[in-house]
Amino acid sequence: MKPASREFKNNASRALNDAQLQRALNTVQGGFIEKRRNAADKLPEFETLRDQARDIKNHTLEHLDLYLAEWESKATAAGGHVHWCETPAEAREAILSICKRLNAKSVTKGKSMITEEIAINPALADAGIDPVETDLGEYIIQLRGETPSHIIAPAIHVTKDQIEADFRKTHTHLPGDRNLDESTALVNEARQILRQKYIEADVGITGANFLIAETGSSVIVTNEGNGDLTQTLPKAHIVMATIDKMVPTLEDVSTILRLLARSATGQEFSAYTTWSTGPRRPGDLDGPEEYHVVVLDNGRSGMLGTEFQDVLRCIRCGACMNHCPVYQSIGGHAYGWVYPGPIGSVLTPGLIGVDEAGQLPNASTFCGRCEEVCPMRIPLPKMMRHWREKEFESKLTPHTVRTGLGLWSWLARRPGLYHLATGIAARALSAMAGRRGRLRSLPLAGGWTRHRDLPAPQGRSFQARWKSGERSMQ
Amino acid sequence: MSARDAILSRIRRATGRGDDAGRQAAVAERLKSHRRNLIPERGNIDAKARIKLFEDMAIAVQASVAHVASSNDVPEAVAAYLRQHNLPQHIRHGAHETAANMPWAEKAPALEVVTGPAEPADEVSLSIAVGGVAETGTLVLTSGPDNPTTLNFLPENHIVAIRASDVAGSYEDIWDRIRKAHGEGTLPRTVNMVTGPSRTGDIEQRIELGAHGPRRLHIVIIDE
Repeated sequence: MKPASREFKNNASRALNDAQLQRALNTVQGGFIEKRRNAADKLPEFETLRDQARDIKNHTLEHLDLYLAEWESKATAAGGHVHWCETPAEAREAILSICKRLNAKSVTKGKSMITEEIAINPALADAGIDPVETDLGEYIIQLRGETPSHIIAPAIHVTKDQIEADFRKTHTHLPGDRNLDESTALVNEARQILRQKYIEADVGITGANFLIAETGSSVIVTNEGNGDLTQTLPKAHIVMATIDKMVPTLEDVSTILRLLARSATGQEFSAYTTWSTGPRRPGDLDGPEEYHVVVLDNGRSGMLGTEFQDVLRCIRCGACMNHCPVYQSIGGHAYGWVYPGPIGSVLTPGLIGVDEAGQLPNASTFCGRCEEVCPMRIPLPKMMRHWREKEFESKLTPHTVRTGLGLWSWLARRPGLYHLATGIAARALSAMAGRRGRLRSLPLAGGWTRHRDLPAPQGRSFQARWKSGERSMQ
Repeated sequence: MSARDAILSRIRRATGRGDDAGRQAAVAERLKSHRRNLIPERGNIDAKARIKLFEDMAIAVQASVAHVASSNDVPEAVAAYLRQHNLPQHIRHGAHETAANMPWAEKAPALEVVTGPAEPADEVSLSIAVGGVAETGTLVLTSGPDNPTTLNFLPENHIVAIRASDVAGSYEDIWDRIRKAHGEGTLPRTVNMVTGPSRTGDIEQRIELGAHGPRRLHIVIIDE
């Protein structure tokens, strides 16, 4: 997927003025947030499980080379094929060569953000192979020629009316006067159409929520069952994974699974958790004849041993974006690449470069809600700050910001002058605001005052009041 | 250097710090002992309460539940369920001996019973679960000729029979059971954990059942 993260500011303004999108985004707040809170409240051990999950992943990352090698030998022993890829181009090539060898005409796909990362769909189409997204949300956006705007709810930016219009435009073989008023009718129509696609497909591609070193297995977690039909019916099942999906044992995965659905959708457990180990076995009457795992690095190993290592604990639940005031306001497309929201703001600069994605870690108020709800306790705000530092060090920060920061740091290192200047400014702003206590407009602060009043300081600065002995609450 | 070696050696440089023997021992120990982490107290209850919790949790995610006294009573329960939902008297199951030994002809003479993997036209399937997890009302099914995986996903109506004594408190209890049956360090080709029927929230976050997998999940608990 070609990054458009440099366009973040323009994308964000456009999103804020998009009435249709704003209506669609309203559902994020009411839905996911309350459901997660209820699910977490119902499990007394939830917070302790978060600590344990963090420790499991930390241990795994410290021994990642060994666990990967162990997983590979188990997966191979079960009859699976492992394809190691450093870059998206290598991963595309690995998938294409399997599909070509099998003379594949049609490929069904379960939901996978990594296949977005490597842009497999256009590559398959170029090779004359028809990629069919089967997750309902992914199917909807494929019809619309769009990319996912949320990692677990890819069509969250689309309203029901838009989906109805898309279905009428695409499914032209169905009667034009059919009733599609209810979402049930839309779900049923997609079900009927995709059913045939599962049966016709030569290859099924799914993602992987986890790879398990103990057994050489891959795991997918879904609610629709599309991933299961995708991987069970065709001749070959290709799992698209990255190195950070690794977890040591079945017990360790079980612990993390207790957090995943609760954090993502507020479910106690997703409808389907599927553990796959190799291809069809002797005596089996169904299942894929070939089982391949494409395991991609794409910059992740470069984050190990750095201040960004902790982000590799991520299990892609989406809680950080559901709770992010910035994501709630602009949706996922504005971020310009595969991973939106706080996780995207940390991961994207690591994967495609801070020069390309430096605006993303700046798109945060540091309110801290993402870290508060992250099941893996990833310190997302701290990492965004690290990216801002890197951006500043490599002189990518805009000139005006650098000058402003330079002035501030000059002033901050001269306490006498700093107190004098802030004292004058506080009194001046207070005088300007008058009795209302708020400013309607202020030179250099138009970005703020265009949308809301600026509360003015009440008079003397905190430090001045502290000095004069005014130390207790009045 | 191959991509594999390049990736692994980059990881080793970033995390290795030279102590290869110590790291290898730590990894081998963790995999061998597969120690349990914290298990929620919720499932740590006596057998009767555990089955009740399993049932309540399954119903909470829109599964339906029936009890029968013995596996001989399953055919009647299945036929009644099909009548209740106006479904054809036709089911498919795998080669599992529990299903094969049920008195189908005697107890449900109008019911047509076929075996094998699911076909697209099948409307109802029957599977035998290896276990259930009370914690979340989850069924655990393993692949093989006994229970072909397609039976779990292709038909619109999935009936699963489970012995009450196979309902465990936690996922971890099930792993131990599967290790005992299949050996350490491996799993059956597919292990399906099923918690309620198929669903989607992809249209404006409204939950709709039967997105791709079964619209209905009916659990028959064999109390014997």
